[in-house]
Amino acid sequence: MNSAVIDVHENIASHESYLSSGWNWRSWLLTLDHKRIGILYVVAITMLFGIGGSAAAMIRLDLLTPHSQLVSIETYNKLFTMHGVIMVWFFLIPSIPATLGNFLVPMMIGARDLAFPRLNLLSWYLFIFGGLFTIYALLAGGVDTGWTFYAPYSTSFSTSHVFAVASGIFIAGFSSILTGLNFIVTIHEMRAPGMTWFRLPLFIWSMYATSLILVLATPVLAMTLMLMGMERTFGIGVFDPGLGGDPLLFQHLFWFYSHPAVYIMIVPAMGVASEIISCFCRNPVFGYRFMAYAILAIAAFGFVVWGHHMFVSGQSAYAGTVFSLLTFLVSVPSAIKVFNWTATLYKAHITFHAPMLYALGFVGLFTIGGLTGLFLASLGLDVQLHDTYFVVAHFHYIMVGAAVMAFFGGIHFWWPKITGRMYPEGWARFCAILTFIGFNLTFFPQFILGYLGMPRRYPDYPPEFQVWNVLSSAGSSLLAFGYVLPLAYLLWSLRYGARAPANPWGATGLEWQTDSPPPSENFHTTPIVTEEAYAYHTESAHG
Amino acid sequence: MPITRNPRMADHAAAFAPQFDDAEQQRTAANLGIWLFLATEILFFGVLFAAYTITRVRFPDAFAAASRLTNLPLAGVNTAVLITSSFSMALAVHAARHGARRALIGWLSLTITLGIAFLCIKGVEYRFDYLEHLVPRLDFRYQGPQADQVELFFYMYFFITGVHALHVLIGVGCIATIAVMASRDDFSPAYYTPVDVTGLYWHLVDVIWLFVFPILYLVSRA
Repeated sequence: MNSAVIDVHENIASHESYLSSGWNWRSWLLTLDHKRIGILYVVAITMLFGIGGSAAAMIRLDLLTPHSQLVSIETYNKLFTMHGVIMVWFFLIPSIPATLGNFLVPMMIGARDLAFPRLNLLSWYLFIFGGLFTIYALLAGGVDTGWTFYAPYSTSFSTSHVFAVASGIFIAGFSSILTGLNFIVTIHEMRAPGMTWFRLPLFIWSMYATSLILVLATPVLAMTLMLMGMERTFGIGVFDPGLGGDPLLFQHLFWFYSHPAVYIMIVPAMGVASEIISCFCRNPVFGYRFMAYAILAIAAFGFVVWGHHMFVSGQSAYAGTVFSLLTFLVSVPSAIKVFNWTATLYKAHITFHAPMLYALGFVGLFTIGGLTGLFLASLGLDVQLHDTYFVVAHFHYIMVGAAVMAFFGGIHFWWPKITGRMYPEGWARFCAILTFIGFNLTFFPQFILGYLGMPRRYPDYPPEFQVWNVLSSAGSSLLAFGYVLPLAYLLWSLRYGARAPANPWGATGLEWQTDSPPPSENFHTTPIVTEEAYAYHTESAHG
Repeated sequence: MPITRNPRMADHAAAFAPQFDDAEQQRTAANLGIWLFLATEILFFGVLFAAYTITRVRFPDAFAAASRLTNLPLAGVNTAVLITSSFSMALAVHAARHGARRALIGWLSLTITLGIAFLCIKGVEYRFDYLEHLVPRLDFRYQGPQADQVELFFYMYFFITGVHALHVLIGVGCIATIAVMASRDDFSPAYYTPVDVTGLYWHLVDVIWLFVFPILYLVSRA
């Protein structure tokens, strides 16, 4: 430690926690503390999750009967569009990175804050601003294009509030870009002494890979939405076949972002699961380096598979074949991860606390979601399954099943650290199991519906599909309880939960070596790292 | 909350924000940050270049005909203006590195002037385009084969040059801010990161123009 470090510590040393240092509007809304900004994101995305979830509940309610009775067909279109837009851009993409990532990235690498705290606060405001635009569009009448905004419907035909929603996403995109940039610089430059790249927790590797995708893919979406908006407003013909433009180009550009975006949602979940599984197995993560490389490989492959969304869109057979092959390649690093989580469990002393139940649920749902992805990556099978409920079920297994399970697991796992309070374990275990059952009951029937040929985005269906739809809707009500109950008992625990010790799980990782909740400067003295991540058997097998 | 130390303090050598260990760490962090930001800018413009390329491959004749209608003399002058501004920006960074405050302010002012000159010439060029009925939607009259595709070229022309001009405008604003900071004596050989970072941004805006210029103005003009 050099003299500058000591100097800084003298300047900012305060032995109260980050939560107790000031409690008014200014101290929250103008905070530069990454931990508080993480909490600001939690509050924001919880509200948006409520809106997106309500839209989903309406959809499932309407699908109880073969003929749409609850809402008109136009409203149905707007419901599934709002559900998609809000859940993708305003919940799933910021979910783990902006909340847990914001809180944990500096703590896990032993830093006092992110590299650019003001930029971090600006990211939150951009996110809120973009969210408000979107909510405005929702109140003003909604959008009916689907979250994919395919041209030429979005550019020439839809009469709904496409421009406002696209603007909201455009603005929120800069929040993503700046957060990713902040994380990459922080991980490169701010690691504590001794924290080498291959001592980083896998959560940090996952944040690094996610940030690369955020930084490199989001600008493409931003410009694509801008072109779409300009075409809608001024008639720029880039996507308009009337002037010689190409509607397929919109799909290419859109999926160049939106396929990697799926990895923005799932890669952080992989990081969370690695932390939790290792902790409750008391085992180092099996094949640590392979896990780190697999994360980077998934992020890299993610950029070259977008064409598998367009097998039936008129793309050439050669392009389809290449994209199909590349898509199959993604399964290699994904499978490595599943095998290594399983190997971590092997002969371990497993304890089944709530975060572990969530993490195990994540592994199971991710496996099902990943394997069904191989069906869709096959050129021939995709012709049958494209735009059916099979696709809906597949990506919900990944993005909702796996990613949200991991998000909830992570919230429970780090809750004592974030709030200084323990959550009620019984309720949490109950909710983990309820969510798992409710999720499978909701979405497994949709695989069958899709295989039988029910197309997505239709409010009406033949009566013989009703039994599967009723099962799915019933499951979604269980799922709703699984998502709402934690909100209740976690809020309860803020006041009535037992005080959390610094390291309630006996976990490794720098974040557990400071107070719960941590002081504003995270660590009283800069930590010095002397061992690998996940050194759970330091006395015997550590090397 | 960390107490933010004002990086603008008399003792330049020790000025750094509280999350950093030392001034060197702060400098390398800012550098990595701006390079990442430049990468996002390249992808941002990459969409436009991709859309242009695909459309031009499909309609080579229309794009050649349309390109010949653009105003090459003004765009050529503008290219020279922008390259010169990059040169003066580089000299500004050099002056900052050696603590030459007056030279720094001088070179920054020249860069700002050239940036504004670029925007003015661009405006004059748009005016000529309008007089020649080349502005789609507003006043577009083109008699010839593939008139729709020629119009599509001009849509792209206005969009690409417009987005680029917006970047020039933002750059001028950033450099003006840096010039004000320089006049308040905020920089020293030990701390001139904002000058460096703004310079990198300005060079990128220049480099992007060096791609925009040939694809819009020089198609089949040899």
